[in-house]
Amino acid sequence: MYQIVTREDLTPEIHLFEIMAPDVAKKAQAGQFVVIRVDDTGERIPLTIADWNRQKGTVTVVFMEVGKTTRKLATLKAGESIANFAGPLGLPTHIDKYGTVVCVAGGFAIATIVPIARAMKAAGNKVISIMGFRSKNLMFWEDRLRQFSDELIVTTDDGSYGLKGVVTIPLKEMLESGKEKVGLVVAIGPTVMMKFSSLTTKPFGVKTIVSLNPIMVDGTGMCGVCRVSIGGVTKFTCVDGPDFDAHKVDWDELMARQRTYLDEEKRSLELWKQSCSCGGGKT
Amino acid sequence: MPEKLNLNRVAMPKQEPKVRAANFNEVALGYQAENALAEASRCIQCKKRNCTQGCPVGVDIPEFILALRENKMSEAVKILKGKNALPGICGRVCPQETQCEEVCTLGKKGAPIAIGRLERYVADWELAQPASAKPKPEIAPPTGKKIMIVGSGPAGLTAAADMAKRGHKVTIREALHVAGGVLMYGIPEFRMPKRIVQAEVDYVKSLGVEIKLDSVIGKIATVDEIMADGYDAVFLGTGAGLPMFLHIPGENYNGIYSANEFLTRVNLMKAYLFPEYDTPLRVGKRVAVIGGGNVAMDAARCSVRLGAQEVYIVYRRSRTEMPARREEVENAEEEGVIFKFLTNPERFYGDEKGWVKTMECVEMELGEPDASGRRSPVVKKGSEFKMDVDTVVVALGTTPNPLVPTTTKGLDTTKKGTVVAEEATGKTTKLGVWAGGDVVTGSATVISAMGAAKRAVASMDEYLKGK
Repeated sequence: MYQIVTREDLTPEIHLFEIMAPDVAKKAQAGQFVVIRVDDTGERIPLTIADWNRQKGTVTVVFMEVGKTTRKLATLKAGESIANFAGPLGLPTHIDKYGTVVCVAGGFAIATIVPIARAMKAAGNKVISIMGFRSKNLMFWEDRLRQFSDELIVTTDDGSYGLKGVVTIPLKEMLESGKEKVGLVVAIGPTVMMKFSSLTTKPFGVKTIVSLNPIMVDGTGMCGVCRVSIGGVTKFTCVDGPDFDAHKVDWDELMARQRTYLDEEKRSLELWKQSCSCGGGKT
Repeated sequence: MPEKLNLNRVAMPKQEPKVRAANFNEVALGYQAENALAEASRCIQCKKRNCTQGCPVGVDIPEFILALRENKMSEAVKILKGKNALPGICGRVCPQETQCEEVCTLGKKGAPIAIGRLERYVADWELAQPASAKPKPEIAPPTGKKIMIVGSGPAGLTAAADMAKRGHKVTIREALHVAGGVLMYGIPEFRMPKRIVQAEVDYVKSLGVEIKLDSVIGKIATVDEIMADGYDAVFLGTGAGLPMFLHIPGENYNGIYSANEFLTRVNLMKAYLFPEYDTPLRVGKRVAVIGGGNVAMDAARCSVRLGAQEVYIVYRRSRTEMPARREEVENAEEEGVIFKFLTNPERFYGDEKGWVKTMECVEMELGEPDASGRRSPVVKKGSEFKMDVDTVVVALGTTPNPLVPTTTKGLDTTKKGTVVAEEATGKTTKLGVWAGGDVVTGSATVISAMGAAKRAVASMDEYLKGK
């Protein structure tokens, strides 16, 4: 069992858990993930590592309530435990000196971007960050990202904070203006946001890295459900990724594969909402 | 010796095909006491113990059968477990017909003794006893040596049990959330009940072995770090966990699974109990399982139980070359699985939502024998045809997971990704590191992994004495 040391509600639906897992904390690096199971009947799901504390032996994950598993997870309080927590899995993000690195985060993926921005900054890069949210009330960690960014641009879909619109707008403007010689773009968020970030940077020939989030089971290369086509070659996201060259990803295949269990996920969530007295994870 | 040889073995009761095709309960029900005694009494207790020599772990077969016959059950358990820590598992999934039973003297004139069924009977008898009545294993006094075993499958559990009995302090690191490896994620409940695996894992723990789950070696620690941490020897029993695919167009359509994914969802994650368990699995009406091994049979028989209307085994060679146990092939046939031999998929077509719809195949014919000694299949020109499918399970075999080998300095691997180890001792090219089971041989059997682990234990123990 792995104890939740602290819990923080970043928005009503996005939560941070700091979890006691010394083995994982010892080795965690930016860009890696863990596979967790909430309880003994639970499924295995991947969550990106948002932070770690090697002395304390803790690993921080941030998740959004989407289906049954994440809602079940959200019912847990600090002091309670989850059944399984395995990691750090996947290859760490390749940190190097690129000159200027643009870190683009969509929604709660800001939690994934922060350690990458921190590492890129520490490696001597100029870091420009773009973070996009649907609305101001869903935002978090602006301060944290700012801490590791030379420049920070915030967008909201509804214009309630920062620029109105999506992250690809300032990204495109920046590349078009040519003011910055961008060595690398790291874009992480919902698949559709990563796809459009990739389409935005491609005409400019700017190297772009994305962190893919397909369905996973074991997370160690055993099952192959997370396979993706990268430049026409099949790769396993869990061991060959999760970071890949955005311009080589077969986005349509990835999105189709992510939808494999939509019906089952819906059914599972509905049944759970009916059967539990917790209001489906809502308090 | 009995006055007249009884050349017919006692049948083991099984669930009827129609009944079992709709449940995940064990197919073979096991002997009752009278069946077991009747079968045991057929044993002629030969002086030349071919059966023991035919057993990869050298179980004293005539002795345990004699004890059983004389109703000394505790004694039978002791004899069996003296050589084999996992008899409930081996009694069920060992290919006895090509090992101990193949060389049984009675086999020359009639049916060999059903050694596997008797082994299972003894193991199940012990399982049913209260803890206080179970025979206690003998454990040597502590040696002060620390052993790390990577992987808790058949090889790892065997190595752990035998090293613990020799007085060494053993820790197992397992990547998944339960111990048992392929016995838990690969072999279905109806062939290998998980409570049996759990009981045998518990037995290994009772010898003082510590099992740490959720531990992906190569990620949380390298083998070098483990050794630096004060372990005197390391045994790698990491298996062959990486699925092979066909590498043909359309293989990433939804509805196409590796056998590993399909079976892991069903067995480890209990997708057959969805939504009580959270992991889903979608099985369509027409399922094609590609391959002819035991894993292919398992996937096909799971598909039948999950409600598929037509389940095909698509195999590129003929019936004779199929590597699956005959018993499993018969079970699959009885349950309605349809075999398409000399057939090979060439590409998949999908619908607009990305789900597989059609599999294009070619017919094959058998040519000259290949490296495996089996006649190699050759494409029959102009024989392309299409099959409608909505689920495909690719069961072509597995290769070792590179996580440990690629992070271990000085550990040589072959082109196939298997770890190089001496067959007689399990010694790898790295001092202090042994390996055994599928990680060395590529996908093979439970018992061959256990045999390799036993040989490695002898070598490790020798090494530790000199240390």
